[in-house]
Amino acid sequence: MPEAGPAERELLRQSVRDFAANTSPESEVRRLMATPHGFDRRVWSIMASQLGLQGMAIPERYGGAGFGWAELAVVFEEFGRALLCAPYFATVALAVPTLLGSDDEDAKQRYLPSIAGGELVATVAVRASAADEVTARHASGGGYELHGRRPHVIDGGTAGLLLVPALGPEGPGIFAVEGGAPGLARETLPTLDETRKQAEIVFDGCPARPLGPAGGAAAILAQVQRLAAVALACEQVGGAQHCLDDAVGYARDRMQFGRPIGSFQAVRHRCADMLLDVESARSVAACAAELAPDGPQFGAAAHMAKAYCSEAFVRVAAANIQVHGGIGITWDHSAHLYLKRAKSSQLLFGSPQQHRAALADLVRGAA
Amino acid sequence: MSAGPAMMTGLDPGAPGAPGAPGALAARVERLLAGAPSPSVDGGIPFRAAQFDAGLAWVSFPAGHGGLGLTPAHQVVVDRLLRDAGVEPANLRNPIGYGNVAPVLAAYGTDQQRRRYLRACFTTEDIWCQLMSEPGAGSDVAGIATTARRDGTGWLLRGQKVWTSLAHVARWGLAVVRTDQDKPKHAGLTCFIVDMHAPGVEVRPLRMLNGKADFNEVFLDDVPVADDNRVGEVGGGWQVVRSNLDGERTAFGAEGDEPDPGEDLLAWWARACVDDPVLTDRVMSAVIRSRAARLTAERTRRGAAGEAVHPAIVKLLSSEAKQHTLEVALDARGVAGTLYAPDGYALEQPVRVGIMQGDAAARYLRVQALTIEGGTSAVLRNVLADAVLGLPREPRFDTGIGWREIPRNAGEYERKVRGQ
Repeated sequence: MPEAGPAERELLRQSVRDFAANTSPESEVRRLMATPHGFDRRVWSIMASQLGLQGMAIPERYGGAGFGWAELAVVFEEFGRALLCAPYFATVALAVPTLLGSDDEDAKQRYLPSIAGGELVATVAVRASAADEVTARHASGGGYELHGRRPHVIDGGTAGLLLVPALGPEGPGIFAVEGGAPGLARETLPTLDETRKQAEIVFDGCPARPLGPAGGAAAILAQVQRLAAVALACEQVGGAQHCLDDAVGYARDRMQFGRPIGSFQAVRHRCADMLLDVESARSVAACAAELAPDGPQFGAAAHMAKAYCSEAFVRVAAANIQVHGGIGITWDHSAHLYLKRAKSSQLLFGSPQQHRAALADLVRGAA
Repeated sequence: MSAGPAMMTGLDPGAPGAPGAPGALAARVERLLAGAPSPSVDGGIPFRAAQFDAGLAWVSFPAGHGGLGLTPAHQVVVDRLLRDAGVEPANLRNPIGYGNVAPVLAAYGTDQQRRRYLRACFTTEDIWCQLMSEPGAGSDVAGIATTARRDGTGWLLRGQKVWTSLAHVARWGLAVVRTDQDKPKHAGLTCFIVDMHAPGVEVRPLRMLNGKADFNEVFLDDVPVADDNRVGEVGGGWQVVRSNLDGERTAFGAEGDEPDPGEDLLAWWARACVDDPVLTDRVMSAVIRSRAARLTAERTRRGAAGEAVHPAIVKLLSSEAKQHTLEVALDARGVAGTLYAPDGYALEQPVRVGIMQGDAAARYLRVQALTIEGGTSAVLRNVLADAVLGLPREPRFDTGIGWREIPRNAGEYERKVRGQ
């Protein structure tokens, strides 16, 4: 796997930041979040053709650039900073690792190049609670069909490829369903964070092909959970950095009592606390990204990153609103968009408590 | 300060064949370990003398003064190698001398002072303290009221210092005092090396809430100091204080020789087979927060471009994480945490400073001081607001006038609290 040096990573950061600034100004975020699909297919395509971001961590033989998580971390951070509306997390942090983790050369050949090319949006219909089981049965005409529902599928309304963990006749497996399949009903749901779409998916005998042999699903999905945690942690660092910059800029400019509010110690200290959260979250997320996907104690680092960065981002996004005072609670100011992203991404893919419990289980297992 | 000595030698520290080249430093450490007296002889003093002479005491200092003109990052390599060989670090016995005073002497001292003091400081034959804080100059350390007045060719120091670690065993103290009361507060300060055995020096233990006396009060009653023990220019003391404080704040987050409280708590949790999910969640929160503080300190130590964070960030994260961690550690003991074992609050004057001494209750009490010593959390948040965030400063009332004109309280509060 090629690895970018610090200078190359800085170049990558700058070009992703420029791309996000050009394609995802606040006006565009607001326009897209109000649409049912929530993203711009033209931007998605340019993201692939000009920057190759969807294929960043796809091996070159499948049309990608063959980089790893240290580079993806930069992209997630910058997209989180800009609240860029695109199915990037679902496709790159969920679907790509699921495909790469499978022993299914045919599926990799079929899907990874079109993901890298910006033609295909993909997601994983993760099981979020015990109630939402999906079962796979042998179909009468050969192959498999899926029955059941999944209520919280990230970008499930737009994905051309759904990878569905399901209980099959041979045990737990992962099944691929294409967007136009018969028996597939999807309903885009109103979300707390409008910049990230979710859909409820109902499978009513919809045809599916198994991804690799049954048996490996649990390990693949556990790894996807860890990588999703790291991707969200990196997004959270970027979002928190934006909130800090926003609060500091406002505190410098806003005059009350004849002086900038940033000269009052109560405001200065709140901003300093935000800085502490941002810098410490950055350290924890970077550690997890450096260890991904299979470094020593990567699992523990991923749990720590999601638990810590989630809470840090929520604190910083909420503090940004308080620094802004009245303007901060209006619809027209962007502060609420970041609070919603923060709270929503805190709860997605394991709450901080769940990640701390998982960390405890890891330590127990190692002892 | 860190880059200065390396630049003075004109060497590229990493060039092949240079002392800092990969392997060269390790070879030098190996030669030291092979040729020097054993570190277990005479309290390690002869070993440390050889380490100093080999330039491995502070490798960033110039050759001949305990260094090789390399960078502080090279010292990390040396320290690791020596620790792996079982050598106790000098900074354990003489932390103020090693970490605070020596860098000041290297940067601001005369050649004569460096020759006279650095070697014995490193061998720990001479323990050092620094005479900085005063009852009326804590967070506002530039408000120092202890004076030095001319007396013939030398000086007489008069006043009171406080929070002085190791003063009861120190041979020398680095003092910051006021030499001009009419100049603005930052401009009238000067640094001196004080002989702690000189007439007029009185050291009293300052007992803390944990019963121990990690610190002292030092009374200076016309203590004579020769002018060749002045460090830096007359009126140049503030610059010295500033560089010293930055070093101190970084040192607080540095990879210490003590067990890390977060790792310690995690190990306890694993041993105790805790099955209470609420306690487990609190333990993991503290463990993760400790890890976050340490990872942030490492970014600074690695010093990669764009990586380093402000020392005040490191100090705030580290001290507040330790308080959080030791609170959880004490809570986890339940009712057993209500005892103060084994000896109660017997007065002790430790010669080693550390937070991980004693049981959970003792540690819990000790870490309350972490967010006060070396810069209070409130002051450090102001430092960050100024230096990192560029926020406008608060209005202040002590600039542009002579120190004598600045309102201050004259110790009534301390007298009231301590019944004197």
